[in-house]
Amino acid sequence: MKSFHKSPWLIHYDASSCNGCDIEVLACTMPRYDVERFGIINTGNPMHADIFCVTGGVNTQNAPIVKQIYDQIPEPKVVLAVGTCACTGGIFKECYNILGGVDQVIPVDVYVPGCAARPESIIDGVVKALALYQEKHDKMVQEGRGLPEDPSLDEDNDVDENASNDDNSSDENASDEENAS
Amino acid sequence: MSEIIKPKRTIIPFGPQHPVLPEPIHIDLVMEDETVVDAIPSVGFIHRGLEKLVEKKDYNEMVYVAERICGICSFMHGMGYCEAVEHIMDVEIPDRAKYLRTIWCEFSRLHSHLLWLGLLADGFGFEALFNECWRIREKVLDMVELTTGGRLISSVNKVGGLIKDVTPEMLKAMKETVIQVEKELKPVANTFLNDYSVKSRLCGSGILTKEEAIALGACGPMMRASGIEVDLRKTGYAAYDNIDFDIITSNDCDGYARCAVRIGELFQSVEIVRQAIDKIPDSEEVSVKLKGNPKGEFLMRLEQPRGEAFYYVEANGTKFIDRFRVRTPTFANLAPLIHTLKGAPFADVPLLVLTIDPCISCTER
Ligand code: SF4
Repeated sequence: MKSFHKSPWLIHYDASSCNGCDIEVLACTMPRYDVERFGIINTGNPMHADIFCVTGGVNTQNAPIVKQIYDQIPEPKVVLAVGTCACTGGIFKECYNILGGVDQVIPVDVYVPGCAARPESIIDGVVKALALYQEKHDKMVQEGRGLPEDPSLDEDNDVDENASNDDNSSDENASDEENAS
Repeated sequence: MSEIIKPKRTIIPFGPQHPVLPEPIHIDLVMEDETVVDAIPSVGFIHRGLEKLVEKKDYNEMVYVAERICGICSFMHGMGYCEAVEHIMDVEIPDRAKYLRTIWCEFSRLHSHLLWLGLLADGFGFEALFNECWRIREKVLDMVELTTGGRLISSVNKVGGLIKDVTPEMLKAMKETVIQVEKELKPVANTFLNDYSVKSRLCGSGILTKEEAIALGACGPMMRASGIEVDLRKTGYAAYDNIDFDIITSNDCDGYARCAVRIGELFQSVEIVRQAIDKIPDSEEVSVKLKGNPKGEFLMRLEQPRGEAFYYVEANGTKFIDRFRVRTPTFANLAPLIHTLKGAPFADVPLLVLTIDPCISCTER
């Protein structure tokens, strides 16, 4: 399961944004920026997703849906707030209907400011999210919630698994690179 | 007996989070077997209440709020608001600014229609075409960024003109870009209009006759695809009165016609940009100085990529205007959408939702 921190699947949801940030999120998967070459796929199903990209300041009607999608994403998961609106409410902060930022509803891990956030900065945010994702994954493994116990797998992967359990993520990255080369 | 044979009705929720929709809209589809018999939309997921911000932002700052009604046609929203206030204050902006507004409007239309074509291709599962459309769109956005400073939210409008001028080199680059875009568009347009698989999905889907389009108040390409010749650019706001173009219509009334009309408009936009760049006058200033505060009311109508939008501004002579009201094209197109959904097979629903080119964040503001 080492490779899955390298090709996360994204789910994007528009929580009351002006659309500007949404199409920039979509533009990331297009030929110019093409995050799909890293195996990052924009999926429509929360249950397949690892990273949750939320745009917009979340209004009252949207809040339960944001929460629902967040709950449906399996652990570990990372939340990316894309755009100034998603970070703080932005220009709409004073609107009567806006809660003011995604973090009012669900915990946010990475903030990507910008109005509209540029594809470059969104990709930067995703890369940051990957490191966090690995951390969360390692923590889950340490707590014994990670991989299911499978004795047949253990025989092959015994050493590797232990290594990733005990050491921090940077070590694992290093060993990955060794394998790759 | 008939009651036993009658198929049971099921309600399938569509949205708010759905793979084909970049934006949330919720439609309850009442189904009999595979056929939609009724569709009940519910909106409000992106309602921000930005019209009420007029109480907190003065009329100059409101330009930036108006631009963020929607990120796709951001430039036109800002311009619609500015023109409304300019009419109230009775200021005439320099000709060069008018031409530049026209050029940027058409750039917005280009990128909006390309975005829509891509999403449509994605809707019927033609990934390569989707990527191709968005690749061309990046060229348009690059030009917008070079000349205005922003890819989507450009913020070059202000009440009384424009914030900045463009250099002759920029104009030249813009012209080269549209010519290049036109060249690259041709094979894409050919695929959309003549490819067997595209035709099999679009032809005959979502029929909206001319009478229905009028009765239900459709607007924009949706209306022109039903054979009605209405285009607000012909009213001659900005510099459109000096530009020569024809209204593109189609009499097929189906999804294919809507696609064809939008593709026609892409080439038309290229032509308008070329004409505007050829005719643009030189002047020192692209804005005029404002005196006092606006007092009065005005209703500005303009043609967005998706159809007619109007901006109503009522000002009372202070810094803060009284009322700002926007009606956007998708709102007008929702009733025709519900009409076309009735009787459609379930598999066509995402496609039909896409053919109106929905922009939910405009609709709900
Ligand atoms: S940050 Fe700007 S571009 Fe993004 S959703 Fe908010 S207003 Fe729109």
